[in-house]
Amino acid sequence: MLINHPTLGPRDASEFVYKGDAALIRRPAPDAPDALEQFIDYGYLRDNPAGAHRELWFHEQGDRSWLVVTRDTLTHEITDVELARDVARREGRSK
Amino acid sequence: MRYSGFKVIKEALTGHRGWGPAWRDAAPKASYDYVIIGGGGHGLATAYYLAKEFKQARIAVLEKGWIGGGNVGRNTTIIRSNYLLDGNEPFYEFSLKLWEGLEQDLNYNAMVSQRGILNLIHTDAQRDAFIRRGNAMMLNGADADLLTTAQIVARYPFLNVNDARFPIKGGLAQHRGGTVRHDAVAWGYARAADQRGVDIIQNCEVTGFRIENGTCLGVETSRGFIGANKVGACVAGSSSRLMSHAGMRLPIESHVLQAFVSEGLKPVLPGVITFGAGHFYCSQSDKGGLVFGGDIDGYNSYAQRGNLPVVEDVCEGGMAIFPMLGRARLLRMWGGIMDMSMDGSPIIDRTHIAGLYFNGGWCYGGFKATPASGFAYAHLLATDTPHPTATAYRFDRFALGRMIDEKGMGNQPNLH
Amino acid sequence: MTQENRLQGGLIDRSRTISFRFDDKWMKGHPGDTLASALLANGVRLMGRSFKYHRPRGPLSAGSEEPNAIVELRDGARREPNTRATTAELFDGLTAQSQNRWPSLTFDALSINDRLSSFFAAGFYYKTFMWPAAFWEKLYEPMIRRAAGLGSLSLQADPDSYDKGYLHCDLLIIGAGPAGLAAALTAAESGLNVILADEDSRPGGRLNAETFAMGQHSGSDWAAETAERLSAMPNVRVMTRTTVLGAFDHGIYGALERVSDHLPVPPEGKPRQILWRIYSTRAILAAGATERPIVFENNDRPGIMMAGALRAYANRWAATPAQEIAVFTNNDDGHRTAQDLLAKGVTVTAVIDTRPDAPKGNGYEVIAGGTITNTSGRLGLSKIEVTDARGTRRSLNCGALGVTGGWNPNVSLTCHQRGRPTWNADIHAFVPGGTLPQGMTVVGAADGLFSTHAALTSGADVAASIVADLGRTVTRPDLPQAEDTPVALTPFWHVQGAKRAWVDQQNDVTAKDIKLAHQENFTSVEHLKRYTTLGMATDQGKTSNTAGMAIMAEVAGKSIPEVGTTMFRPPYTPTAIGAFAGRSRGADFRPTRKTPSHFWAEEQGAVFVEVGMWLRAQWFPRAGETHWRQSVDREVLQTRRSVGICDVTTLGKIDVQGADAAAFLNMIYCNAFAKLPVGRTRYGLMLREDGIAMDDGTAARLAEDHFVVTTTTANAVTVYRHMEFVRQCLCPDMDVQLISTTEAWAQFSVAGPNARKLLQKVVDPEVDLSNDGFPFMACGEITVCGSLRARLFRISFSGELAYEIAVPTRYGDAMIRRLMEAGREFDVVPYGTEALGVMRIEKGHAAGNELNGTTTALNLGMGKMVSDKKDSIGAVLSRREGLNTPDALRLVGLRPVDRANPVPAGAHLMTRGSPVDAAHDQGYVTSACYSPNLGHAIALAFLKSGDTRMGEVLRLVSPLTGVEHDVEVVSAHFVDPEGERLRA
Repeated sequence: MLINHPTLGPRDASEFVYKGDAALIRRPAPDAPDALEQFIDYGYLRDNPAGAHRELWFHEQGDRSWLVVTRDTLTHEITDVELARDVARREGRSK
Repeated sequence: MRYSGFKVIKEALTGHRGWGPAWRDAAPKASYDYVIIGGGGHGLATAYYLAKEFKQARIAVLEKGWIGGGNVGRNTTIIRSNYLLDGNEPFYEFSLKLWEGLEQDLNYNAMVSQRGILNLIHTDAQRDAFIRRGNAMMLNGADADLLTTAQIVARYPFLNVNDARFPIKGGLAQHRGGTVRHDAVAWGYARAADQRGVDIIQNCEVTGFRIENGTCLGVETSRGFIGANKVGACVAGSSSRLMSHAGMRLPIESHVLQAFVSEGLKPVLPGVITFGAGHFYCSQSDKGGLVFGGDIDGYNSYAQRGNLPVVEDVCEGGMAIFPMLGRARLLRMWGGIMDMSMDGSPIIDRTHIAGLYFNGGWCYGGFKATPASGFAYAHLLATDTPHPTATAYRFDRFALGRMIDEKGMGNQPNLH
Repeated sequence: MTQENRLQGGLIDRSRTISFRFDDKWMKGHPGDTLASALLANGVRLMGRSFKYHRPRGPLSAGSEEPNAIVELRDGARREPNTRATTAELFDGLTAQSQNRWPSLTFDALSINDRLSSFFAAGFYYKTFMWPAAFWEKLYEPMIRRAAGLGSLSLQADPDSYDKGYLHCDLLIIGAGPAGLAAALTAAESGLNVILADEDSRPGGRLNAETFAMGQHSGSDWAAETAERLSAMPNVRVMTRTTVLGAFDHGIYGALERVSDHLPVPPEGKPRQILWRIYSTRAILAAGATERPIVFENNDRPGIMMAGALRAYANRWAATPAQEIAVFTNNDDGHRTAQDLLAKGVTVTAVIDTRPDAPKGNGYEVIAGGTITNTSGRLGLSKIEVTDARGTRRSLNCGALGVTGGWNPNVSLTCHQRGRPTWNADIHAFVPGGTLPQGMTVVGAADGLFSTHAALTSGADVAASIVADLGRTVTRPDLPQAEDTPVALTPFWHVQGAKRAWVDQQNDVTAKDIKLAHQENFTSVEHLKRYTTLGMATDQGKTSNTAGMAIMAEVAGKSIPEVGTTMFRPPYTPTAIGAFAGRSRGADFRPTRKTPSHFWAEEQGAVFVEVGMWLRAQWFPRAGETHWRQSVDREVLQTRRSVGICDVTTLGKIDVQGADAAAFLNMIYCNAFAKLPVGRTRYGLMLREDGIAMDDGTAARLAEDHFVVTTTTANAVTVYRHMEFVRQCLCPDMDVQLISTTEAWAQFSVAGPNARKLLQKVVDPEVDLSNDGFPFMACGEITVCGSLRARLFRISFSGELAYEIAVPTRYGDAMIRRLMEAGREFDVVPYGTEALGVMRIEKGHAAGNELNGTTTALNLGMGKMVSDKKDSIGAVLSRREGLNTPDALRLVGLRPVDRANPVPAGAHLMTRGSPVDAAHDQGYVTSACYSPNLGHAIALAFLKSGDTRMGEVLRLVSPLTGVEHDVEVVSAHFVDPEGERLRA
């Protein structure tokens, strides 16, 4: 596979390490009253769709950026690649 | 119709006119006591044991394609019970015992071949871990044998001991492990279940569940609604897709695992061998093909095909221990979709919906589990209590912090 | 032996005659021959034996689809089992052996199976061999295994090397027949970067096998000239002997170039083969078509082959299997075959054409509406029995028979991403269908366009549209006039009533087997394949699948597309495993990482051990030491007595810098770091988000905004990845930067009572090493050896007064030499990983065996370290009840009650007097060693409620290694439990 890195252009997927669903960016607040339930859901349950999947890849043999790749799990077609940091900020994460 | 050597000879002499269908192609009835979704090894075994061991009737197995078309027909055929953890080992040992009597039980030669499985050891820490594992196996009543390098080389004289990057420092063997002709497992269970009245319905895809007031009343299928007192999902690889129809999210990701077979060769490999410092394991089929595999590709996929980097990685592992393999040719590569669970272990459990049960999360260990999985699932479906060897395979183990994590990789499915 | 069946003409080099051996016979051939063509020229039709019945077999085809003529090529360690004689290029001195026969090819004892074939019907083995149960493994299976298999491996290491390469192009063209050449010309002249790959040694495809004219040229001349013209263009790479084996995601293709297979041995410095990964923007599949047979009684005798193969042997290789040949056809190709053979002086006995309206013969007899109902000739065809349209049978003499049932487009690569071919009723064949691999277009015969004219046109047109798509200007080359014969074919799959009629010749699947499969309800295509093994042989059913499906369709009363479709998987043709592995084998299987002191340690005679990719010194034997324990005990004792030095560079080192560095570490570690003063180091335990211990190490605060974090050797990469995840995905606005500096610093542990004195001689004079100036857990940036920058940490894994000193890696070798020199007066000793392990067990420090991915802080005795005053990764999930049960495993020490006994790692623990089984398991030993300081074995273990069981005597059991005796639970801190030494 080829991943079109937002700053480096197309790179072979073997330069990257896969983590999983980009929902892992949405780490729950640890001080919520139901934090434990939220963390169990966050840590263990996955949508695992057959189709478009937003997922985290780490450019380990490259610039060491985490990317959010939108890839179809049925065809492996990649339709979007973003820096995970941008996605995280957009989703309201800060410090 | 019983199969026997006598019957084979009789049919040979009379033009094979007497052989009937191995199983009937049943048409769906309006309702059943049990509807098993998934005509793979586990689903067919579940139906068989429900009928045979638990004396249940009105059982249907629904298969969206052709039976045995999923992972039971695309794996590397290995059976073993060399597990470390108490949540797993009794279950897989139960499975191995069922394999040992399977052919007589089913009256079908699935070619259960206990040629042994050997895990190579390359470091002292690995030896410590394998001794712990071997002891755990023996304490659970399974067999295990710690071999020296000399013993291993005597059995596998072509192993690379000259310039190996990771020298072989011994191995943990399970002599009762081995291989089984994978397709025959599906066919054998299908035939035996059919003979006990189970309806095997091919080309019948489940498209939804009918759930009212928290109770599952049956399934919507490509061939219409089928009512059921109990519905058992058994579609590893597609578990998330199926259960999403019931509004469930699972502790599972789907990943592709590739497997490979070489051209047919005269016998060279006596048993199953696993390379402990690379991603490679290999056995030789009765037809002579070297059947081998390695790691999953590592990304979520439902595509039943993989990519070149893993092919190369697996072949590198093969060449590292068997440098004679260079001139053997890879004949065919294929991919299967694995239910990779969050701790690498399966789930056989009720769901929060009454009448709806779940069996999945087998990672790439599902084939060897087929008999026990079917037996334990039948037990759960028939009695509503888990089978004694499968008590740990619950959904709530993640919430409770009781993971069964053989590899110690945590909640990242692609590392298991 | 003379080349009795050598014809005139052909594309072989008659100016040279070369010798080759098949079994025990030496024969002659010419460059340009394949092994099969040379054998045929020498009058040899029998080249192999089938898989199950050991039937005598000759070549069916003239290409890579060959199921029958497979041999063991070459000798010794270079032996290649299952090599297709039809593609093996002849070289001088070539040797080949027939396979799957005993004792000889002409007399094969296992051909008895053929006599017993009615007992060996499809799937017979699933129905028998079950009694008595033990006999399967002891008797039946070994028998079957010995009879099965084809060729043999040499059992020796492959002596040749394999390379890998990466190529990029605008357009990859697969197949250099007329369609591929036309496409390549168009794309190349329009300026695209083009790769043209063909499995054959000679571009041209069927043009080399047919007598078609291309304008004023012969087809083969035009192909050769065109390929030459393309090769001369800078934007084109013509790759012959290169099989595109698979279509992978995103336009990536795998291709195998056989660099040296046509030579006796690879030339010096050359690989045998190269595996190319080709990254293409677009691809054109011009893979042509494969001829398919008609199935009839005894259709597998040597001499019976595809009609197109007969033409190829005659036209390209000037060889014929016999001087008298008949043809069996359902289409006009049969007649073309007869004409080509006649032109070469071969007698054509008859053309048996299944079509009642067959064309008239031109110099040969045509039996219209006829079929072949039997054949004879044990080791080679001698007669055929023909039944004509009126049902009259007659016998015809012939030594060979050409068969054609039409052509199947080579759709293989279109299926590699699950594209399903569809049935084209006009040409009665499957054509590419479904979703093709990204960027792929199919042209020519592969797309069902069978005339040469159509191939040229479709190749050029598709290439032109790709050129336009890619935004270039199209330059159309001149293409020659070529034949444009329409397909004239009436489907005819098999002769009714035939039983012993082979569909899959290699695997011995007959028409009868397919009928039996239907009778037993194995009717879906996949069941049919798996039950009968149809299409599962080394040719993957290229010549057999369609006929098999046609027969199934007939018995099931369905149409062929209703039965299913044929799918193919990579690789296109079987591919050497060595090629996929490339250079990654033997010692080069994985990179070897060497520590900065490696060469010095080698000089000392160190024994090395693999630690991940690293090689580390395990111990340093001295003269007179005959057992590793002597060396290790000495290193431990000398370190604890005076001073020892160990290279600890392999530990992961991560620089953490930025205003939020402390806040970041607070998030990463379960224990608190915010208040760590500058100049101090703290032990840190890192959890995974699931609350399980991930790694441990130290974080040294060199400045307010600068930490150096260490990780274990094994986890250096994963910890860094995890920290970047937290930084980029969870805390994107934190002002913190990370960089791995594992390779940048050489780091040495200097441990023992004399460590300070030794180091004092190395550090620059102004560095204060006194206990007040640089106390336990101090850290700082200093200079050594006269202003060389260094980092100093007073941390101790051994439990001794100890420092770790780091210098830039390029000074690592000098540093170890300097430290050893400075330590000479203290009798300094270098110690390896074994002594390191002994000392950490004596001290009760957890390491990899304890941090095994399933243990919590609580298990490790560090439960209180998990701060609940701050957020940190893993804190929340570490509070789940199952991880905090009263009987949770706790880290304890063990010693044997009888001090002479070992306490082996991996042993399990039982309460004394309880049954020895899993249900009563109390825990397990994680790390063990002999303690030279205590004079007996010691161990660390995880024990249920271990913190409350000090002093208890347990039963230690290791049934695997035959050990069982009593051990006592003690503190894990065997040496200096108060920690006085490390604070000294």
